[in-house]
Formats: sequence, C-alpha cells, structure tokens
Amino acid sequence: MDHDHQELPSDPALRVMALESLLVEKGLVDPAALDALIDAYEHKVGPRNGARVVARAWVDPEYKKRLLADATAAIAELGYEGGQGAHMVVVENTTDCHNIVVCTLCSCYPWPVLGLPPVWYKSAPYRSRAVIDPRGVLCEFGLDLAESVEVSVWDSTSEMRYLVLPERPPGTEHMGEEELAALVTRDAMIGTAKVRPAGDPT
Amino acid sequence: MNGVHDMGGMHGMGPIAPEPAEPVFHERWEARVFALNRAVGVLGKWNIDAGRHSRERIPPADYLRMSYYEKWLAGLIMLLKESGLVTDAELESGQPAPGTAKTAQPLTPEQVARLITARGGYERPVNEPPRFAIGQAVRAKKINPTGHTRLPRYARGCVGTIDRVHGAHVFPDSNAHFHSESPQHLYSVRFPARELWGKAAPRDAVYIDLWEDYLEPA
Repeated sequence: MDHDHQELPSDPALRVMALESLLVEKGLVDPAALDALIDAYEHKVGPRNGARVVARAWVDPEYKKRLLADATAAIAELGYEGGQGAHMVVVENTTDCHNIVVCTLCSCYPWPVLGLPPVWYKSAPYRSRAVIDPRGVLCEFGLDLAESVEVSVWDSTSEMRYLVLPERPPGTEHMGEEELAALVTRDAMIGTAKVRPAGDPT
Repeated sequence: MNGVHDMGGMHGMGPIAPEPAEPVFHERWEARVFALNRAVGVLGKWNIDAGRHSRERIPPADYLRMSYYEKWLAGLIMLLKESGLVTDAELESGQPAPGTAKTAQPLTPEQVARLITARGGYERPVNEPPRFAIGQAVRAKKINPTGHTRLPRYARGCVGTIDRVHGAHVFPDSNAHFHSESPQHLYSVRFPARELWGKAAPRDAVYIDLWEDYLEPA
C-alpha cells in the first residue's frame, strides 16, 4: 500500500509548504513565479472579462455574429485567450432556449473569460445533478423556467469551453457597453442565472 | 475508468451551496497548490489528460471526502512520483536526495504572463475526413475502459445527433497514458434528455463532446 500521504504533515497547509520547499530546493519551481500565477488569477483573469464579451455582443450585432460563429477568435479580439480557453464556443440564451454549462467529469471551465470556477461548480452536487435535473438545479439558483423553454445542458467533456451569452435584460436600451458589462454576472455566463436589469435586487 | 469522478446523474450528493462573494482561493495553501500544478506542469513531464487521470485515481472514498485543492495536491504528488521528478524518500525527508543535480529550467515570473495567454490548443491536423456529419444519428458506444476516458457513463448506449463538428483533437484515452496524441474528430452530440434519463421535459437536451472512437452510426 501507498503510505506517503502519512509521511507529510496531515494539515494540507503544512503539506503544501513542505512540498513547495522541496520543489524549490530541487530547482523545479521558482516561488516568485508561483506568486505571479496567483496574482494573475486573483486580480487579472476573471468574470469581468466575460462580461465585456457579453456586453460587446449586446451592442454590436456584427461582433455577436462573429462570436457565435467563431467564439475563440471573437473573444481574442478583446484580448482574452489562453489555457482552458483555447477552443471556445458561445451558446445564446433566448426566450425559447436556456443554456447551462457543467463539467460532470472534473472542473472544465473557460478560464480566460471567467477565471477559476467557484467551489459549487466543482462540487459533487452540481456535477451530478446539472445533467439529470437541470430544472431543479436552476430552481435552486432561483430560476423557475416554463416547460416550453428548451433547457440545453453543455457537458464540457473535451477541451472545448462553453460560455453562455445571456439575454439582454429589458430596460437597458439606453445603456452603454461598460454599464451593461457591470450588469453581467458570472452565474449568468454559466447559465445558472439571468442578467437582471440595473437596480433589480432579485 | 468507471470512477466516482464520473458523477453525471448520481443522486444523494446534497444541495448546491453557492457562496456569495466567494474569493478565488479560500486559503493560501490552495493558491500555492494551484500555482504549483501550473508551474510544474510547464516542465512537460505530463499532459492535461494525465493530470485529470491522476485525480481520477484517488481512491473513491478519499475523492468524495477531499476538497477540490486537496485532490489537486494528491494528484500532483502522484504525478511527481510517477514521472520521477520526486522520490518517496524526498517526500518523506522534505529534502532533495544527496547528489541530485538541479537540471530543470523552472518557470520564471517573467514567463507567467505569456503562459496564461498562450493558446496551446488541442486541435491537430489529420488526413481522414470526419466520419459523421451534422444531423446524423449516432450511438455512444457501450465501453468500460479501465483507463482514462471522457465518455461519461450516463451517455453510453444512448442515441443522439451530431450537432457540431469541432475538428480533430488530441484523444484523451491515449494521451493520458502517454501512448500518443492520436488525434481524431471531435463532435458535439445532442442527446434528448428523455433518451438519457427516461422522464424529462420533451425538448430538453444534453450536449456532450465526444470523440469519433466513442461513436457508432445509429
């Protein structure tokens, strides 16, 4: 049997510290590079990127066309590309069809536009239920869809990464791109929420 | 492998618990584990599919008990040992074995920005045209490989239609075991929810990305 788990301290914080120190000693990692990676995903790469893509699609019909035809290229136009986003597909929510994204096998998620996934997205409850009971899952997120609406679940089993283009909420016709981007939430781009008009607390 | 990681359709996992204003990392060690995985991954001793397969090989009871980044830590240790980058003795002592040379070129802070935006990509040129066309009915094969696969159990044996043709992509079932990239055509297949689960709203569907080897004409 494999006993190495007991050989490092059981507290993950201590085990990780010991492992990092060993890898640094061995010249396999530079701690400053780790700091830079963490800083990037804590402060630069996140759902604000995806929100800008959505807002652009709402105000620019030509951009929206390109986004739905070749999402990878259209997203790169705004400067967002990279690991876990090399092959993007954007799926559009309409009054007739609601899309929701999951990774039942692990935690695949479009990092360049949404950053790292929240805990619930990577958790057993969401991964197990999103495909068999998407309507129940959406209800839990406060979204009760009529039976006439087609619910499409996208299970991210390959390196294709999916981003939902939510419906533009009513009453936002006067808003500019930046104002619109501020309304777009991470969950709306996963498909577990709709975008609410400004000032709507629900 | 028919592991507990293949969760689609399982019951009893409890409610989904979204956390308002969730931080990117809850603990500093989670951030370090994430970054260690990226930084060591750059050394090229394994690939993304081998990484996923390492976490799938965590014993089922541990997999369900561990937090997400505990699984990343367990998978990283597995890969470090299997690739020979680190030995059991080194993990035990926390010190490099005497006489080991520092031969790797570690990721530098200057390279991080480029690493994050690097396209990478898993599409590869192949000579064969796609076997299936958009709109064609296909059945997901009934296979139970003991190694890595990306054909979820809940779809096996079910009939769907080809919705998109994504191009030829690296085949995880082979790549995870370092056999070869063996690129083949990848499709988005639309399965009616009723085909997968029996009872479901009539128009609901699940779209699954499936490689050509997973599919047969229906």
